[in-house]
Amino acid sequence: MGRPESQQAGKGDACAGCPNQQICASAPKGPDPDIPLITARLASVKHKILVLSGKGGVGKSTFTTMLGHAFAANPDAQVGIMDTDICGPSIPKMMGVEAETIHVSSSGWSPVWVSENLGVMSVQFMLPNRDDAVIWRGPKKNGLIKQFLKDVEWGDLDYLVVDTPPGTSDEHLSVNSFLKEAGLDGAVVVTTPQEVSLLDVRKEIDFCRKAGIRVLGIVENMSGFVCPKCTHESQIFKATTGGARRLAQEMNIPFLGAVPLDPRIGMSCDYGESFFDSFPDSPACKALRGVVRRVGEEMGLSADEVLEEA
Amino acid sequence: MSLANVKEIMLVLSGKGGVGKSSVTTQLALALSLQGHSVGVLDIDLTGPSIPRFFGIESSKVRQAPGGWLPVPVHEARTISDNASGAQNGVFTGERQLGSLHCMSLGFLLGDRGDAVVWRGPKKTAMVRQFLSDVHWGSLDYLLIDTPPGTSDEHISLVETLLKSARPGQVSGAVIVTTPQAISISDVKKEINFCRKTGVNILGVVENMAGFVCPSCAECTNVFSKGGGEIMAKEFNVPFLGSVPIDPMFVSLVEEGRTPVYPQGTVVAGKDMTTDEVAAENTADAVRDSGLLAEKYQSCSLFPLFDGFAAKLTLKV
Repeated sequence: MGRPESQQAGKGDACAGCPNQQICASAPKGPDPDIPLITARLASVKHKILVLSGKGGVGKSTFTTMLGHAFAANPDAQVGIMDTDICGPSIPKMMGVEAETIHVSSSGWSPVWVSENLGVMSVQFMLPNRDDAVIWRGPKKNGLIKQFLKDVEWGDLDYLVVDTPPGTSDEHLSVNSFLKEAGLDGAVVVTTPQEVSLLDVRKEIDFCRKAGIRVLGIVENMSGFVCPKCTHESQIFKATTGGARRLAQEMNIPFLGAVPLDPRIGMSCDYGESFFDSFPDSPACKALRGVVRRVGEEMGLSADEVLEEA
Repeated sequence: MSLANVKEIMLVLSGKGGVGKSSVTTQLALALSLQGHSVGVLDIDLTGPSIPRFFGIESSKVRQAPGGWLPVPVHEARTISDNASGAQNGVFTGERQLGSLHCMSLGFLLGDRGDAVVWRGPKKTAMVRQFLSDVHWGSLDYLLIDTPPGTSDEHISLVETLLKSARPGQVSGAVIVTTPQAISISDVKKEINFCRKTGVNILGVVENMAGFVCPSCAECTNVFSKGGGEIMAKEFNVPFLGSVPIDPMFVSLVEEGRTPVYPQGTVVAGKDMTTDEVAAENTADAVRDSGLLAEKYQSCSLFPLFDGFAAKLTLKV
C-alpha cells in the first residue's frame, strides 16, 4: 500500500492481488521536478483560491466568474481565472471570450484578457472547433493542468481563482499537489440546498481534509426561487436536511452565505455578461457581494479592500 | 459474463454535471419497470454516486456471491394497484404488472456515506470494468447505465469494455440529458461528439429542468431558459424525446418519500395534474410513507412524460 508516488508503491504486502498493482508499481517515483518551476512561476501571485464542489451543475463556474468580476471591480487588483475542467469548460462562454485563442510567446502562454485586469485560461481556447469533445484519460488532463500552472504568463496577480470539474479525482489531486509548494489560500465549496447535492459535497470536504486543503467556507447556491408572478418563494431544491448552513455547522467550516436562484444569472452567463454590472440591484447580486466580502475576510483581508459595500 | 442475459443496454450521458442524469435514469427505470420490464441500473459515477439516494436504498449493502456481487433490489417483480389514473379521478382502475428493479453503485460499497473516493483514472477504469463483468444481474430486459459528467476515464473505459464484451446490437445507445441554457448545451454538444467518435448510437435528447411551475399560483417560469435542447437535437439531427419541467414534488418523493400532491390548475405537458380531494385523502399521511417508490411515482406529474419516453425507447430498441 502507500501513496502512489512513494518508493514502495505497488510493492507492499497489501498490494498483492490488487488489480492496480502494476499501475502503482510502474508509475514514476519521487518528487515531481516540475513543482519548483510551478512555484517559481506563481511566486508573483498573491492569493490562490480553489472553487470546488463534489456535485456538477451547482454553480462552480458561475461563482468563479462572479468572484473574478468582483475582485476585478477594484481597478488596482489584477485577477486571473484558471479553468481546470478539461472535458466541460464553461468559463470562456460565461466570460464572453469563447471564440478567442491563446498566444504563445517565448516566455509562455498568454492568457485571454476579458478586461484590463481580468485574464482567463481554459482548454476551450485550444480547440480547433468549439464543440469538439476532449476525450482524455487522467494523465493527459494532468499534463495540461501542469502546463497551465507552469507555462501561463500571468504576470503579477493579486488573485488567481481556479475553477474545477465535479468529483474528487485526477484534476483535484493534481491541482492540489502542484500548488502545495506555491501556497494555496484555500477552497470555496459551492453547493445547492438539496441532500442529493450535499451528499457529494460532504465527500469533497472529506477530500479537502485528507488532502490538507483549508476550506475557506461553503456557499449555498440556487437557494430559494421567487415566483415573478405571485412573489411566492419556493424552495426548488428543497433543503430537507438543513442545507449548507447545517452542513457547515456539522463539519465546522464557515458558512459564507446563500444566493437565491435568479433566472437572470443563467442568462447573463449564456450571453457572457457580468451579472454584477447588468443587475446590480437584484437580491442575488447583493447576496453574492456579501459572499465575496466573506471570502476576503476568511483569507485574512479586509472586506472593504476586496469589494466595497454597495 | 454478467451481461450475458441482459437484452438491451442503454447509457445515460451528459457532458454537463447536475443536469439530472441520475434523476432521468431513476425515472426511466421506474417507468420501464411500471411497464412490466425487468430493469437494472448501474451507477458508474464513482466519485459522486447518487443512485442509492434516488432509490431510497442508501443504507443497503452489496452482497457477495460466488464470482461476483449481487445487485441491490429496489423491488421484485409483482402486481400492484394502478393508481396512475387513480390520481386523476380517485378510482383505482386496475392492476399493473411491475417488473423487478435492481441497482449497483459504488455507494453501496462505502463504509460511510460521507467518505470521499479519491481515485485517479487507472483505479476508476479497473472499477468500471469490474462493475461490467462481476455483477450478477441475472436476466434483464433493460440495463440503464448512469454516468458521471465529462468525457474521460469512466466514459472511455465504459465504451471500450462494452465494445469488447457486449453482443453486437446489445448496446442500443445513449440517452443524452441537458438543461435548456446555452452553457449546458455547449458541454452536451461535446458529449454528442464523443458518441459520434466512439460509435455510440444516440437514442434521443431529454431537456430537463425546462420551467418551474409555482406551487402557489401554477405560473410556469423558465428558470434556466427554454427550448435549447430541442434546437440542439435538430442541429445534430438526433431525436428529441421531450422537455421535463422541474417538479419539487418529485424531489420530495425522493428525499422524503412523499406521494406527490398538486394544487388546482397544475398542468404539466398538457395534462391536468390536479390532485382532487378524494385522491388527496387517499394519499393522506398514513399512506405517504409506506408503499413502493414505483407505486408512489405513478402519482408524480413527471410519470406520464417518462412513461412516454420509455415507450418511445422500447419501440426504438
